[in-house]
Amino acid sequence: MNVHEYQAKQIFREYGIPVPNGKMCTPQDSVREATGALGGDRWVVKAQVHAGGRGKGGGVRVVDSVEEAEKAAGEILNLKLVTAQTGVEGRQVRKVLVEEGVAIEKELYLSILVDRASNAPVIICSEAGGMEIEEVAAKTPEKVHRETIDPYLGLRAYQTRRIAQALGLKGAAIRQAAKMLGGLYRLFCEKDASLVEINPLVVTESGDLVALDAKLQFDDNAMFRHEEILALRDVEEEDPLEAEAGELNLSYIRLQGNIGCMVNGAGLAMATMDLIQYVGGAPANFLDVGGGASASSVERAFRIILADPRVKAILINIFGGIVRCDRVAQGVTEAAGNVDLRVPVVVRLEGTNAEEARAILEGSNIDFVVAHSLREAAEKVVSVL
Amino acid sequence: MGILVDETTRVVVQGITGKEGSFHARGCKEYGTKVVAGVTPGKGGQEQEGVPVFDSVGDAVDREGANTSLIFVPPPFAADAILEAADAGIRLVVCITEGIPVRDMITVYHSLKGKSVNLIGPNCPGVITPGKAKVGIMPGFIHLPGSVGVISRSGTLTYEAVKQLTDLELGQSTCIGIGGDPIIGLRFADLLGMFAADDQTRAVLLIGEIGGTAEEEAAQYIIESRYPKPVIGFVAGKTAPPGRRMGHAGAIVSGGKGTAAEKQTVMEKAGMAVCPSPDAIGKTVQEALASAG
Repeated sequence: MNVHEYQAKQIFREYGIPVPNGKMCTPQDSVREATGALGGDRWVVKAQVHAGGRGKGGGVRVVDSVEEAEKAAGEILNLKLVTAQTGVEGRQVRKVLVEEGVAIEKELYLSILVDRASNAPVIICSEAGGMEIEEVAAKTPEKVHRETIDPYLGLRAYQTRRIAQALGLKGAAIRQAAKMLGGLYRLFCEKDASLVEINPLVVTESGDLVALDAKLQFDDNAMFRHEEILALRDVEEEDPLEAEAGELNLSYIRLQGNIGCMVNGAGLAMATMDLIQYVGGAPANFLDVGGGASASSVERAFRIILADPRVKAILINIFGGIVRCDRVAQGVTEAAGNVDLRVPVVVRLEGTNAEEARAILEGSNIDFVVAHSLREAAEKVVSVL
Repeated sequence: MGILVDETTRVVVQGITGKEGSFHARGCKEYGTKVVAGVTPGKGGQEQEGVPVFDSVGDAVDREGANTSLIFVPPPFAADAILEAADAGIRLVVCITEGIPVRDMITVYHSLKGKSVNLIGPNCPGVITPGKAKVGIMPGFIHLPGSVGVISRSGTLTYEAVKQLTDLELGQSTCIGIGGDPIIGLRFADLLGMFAADDQTRAVLLIGEIGGTAEEEAAQYIIESRYPKPVIGFVAGKTAPPGRRMGHAGAIVSGGKGTAAEKQTVMEKAGMAVCPSPDAIGKTVQEALASAG
């Protein structure tokens, strides 16, 4: 689960991590009041969207007067911000963060995530802040320092000193780093975060550490024990179909193609999408209809897939092991009868009672294209387009 | 013989009185597995699927000699269930549960390290030695006893692959679903080692997917150990967009790493035969076995 920068910074404050003072503004809020409350004579107006690369896309402006701040906020709030991460359609900006300006001496990089190779949290830091860390890691790996944290020992003091050294910190900033790292690691654990990223972490001209940006991602599997994080969810930052599918307990991810897919099982669903592309088609979505593949879940899946206007054909691939294929066929037939099926549907059912299933589909009054093998199913769905 | 489960396996089903637990306890029993006990705290003394229910795994081990646990406990309590089983002396824990928080699994993983207990999963379909024992939720009837070892991060994709093998009369020695989560117990490399030592296994099929480094570790292990048997690989998720969790919590391309293309390249460099498409899995294994002679 993602949250906005301003929300991440609020959580940072709770953990004693220094962030600039700021105020989130919607189009209804007064930027003049926000800058007045913050004081000073320099501010940054930042688009709040769940995507990185906002600066390059024109979504971050440094301003030196209240009038400039108002103008910048007005323009950014009107933007459909296009960044490397939003895709070409861009993302409508609905909130901005107005922050006090910070006099930057150095920009650093700091993050905490789970390293899957060692199954432990790892702190990644670099003096090359304010840049794409993946590029830094690829081109100058010596500039990236990693500190693995033993889950039982926790973050040790000597590790914070190593990190401070790797970041080239001096004086007061070293002590601040130790305190900040402790707070960040506690946050990472207590809040079940999957990623804490500060890019850039800044050393100010007065030698202090400040998190100029804040990115927090949370482990979806743990949100049942974090109502306070769930409350921060911004549904408008999610693809509406994906959000709706989530409400219906369907695992659904929208892609760019025109062949809708309905499959039971994530691995099989990915493999089905891959096969469609392999035979020359373009999958429109990933959708795991889940173990049951009941009439109601199939119907919900149909509705989500058909709500995407790009979909011109649907491939249903269900492997019925414990689940009986003839039951699935009945469910698919019933569901298809309940929705406005305007596109051809290719169905491939394999496993328990597959023969009976095919008979049910062929005998129904819905014009299913029934396929036997996986390859046949993929080729048929491409050919019916 | 099975590398993890066989006719000596004595299973305790944790969460046996729940919908999934009871259904699959019955399924395993019907396959011929010795399901000797169930555990649901508070329901000790009851019977479920003809099997005595206990309050604790320790009781199941003491009273029924359980040596393997099959876990259907809901996510908030599943990590605790795994730790309880390990503590009670269970040697093989198979955790079906999907949705366990990563933090909990980090604790479990590090707690089990160095102990003589193996964990399969979580978020997996389990383990089956065709014809001998099924400790999981897979459909037994698609399997055929034979000499191909199967290790997979998937559920239904594994069944698809197994059916392709069975249809070609390429039976399976042991099939293990290691699960779709980012933090799991036994990984590809661990099980490859076990298959190398298993006389019944002549080749191993790895079914991988995007995310993480399991396939890379496997390839590294194959090279370093000069793996003595043909290994065939398939990677799902060539069309997965970056940064998105594709159903499985562990199936995500993060920071540009963990793509299907990368994994395929690494597999090829290790001398693995790589299936070009999911419908060709059975055929690729057949060809690999034929050329191995």
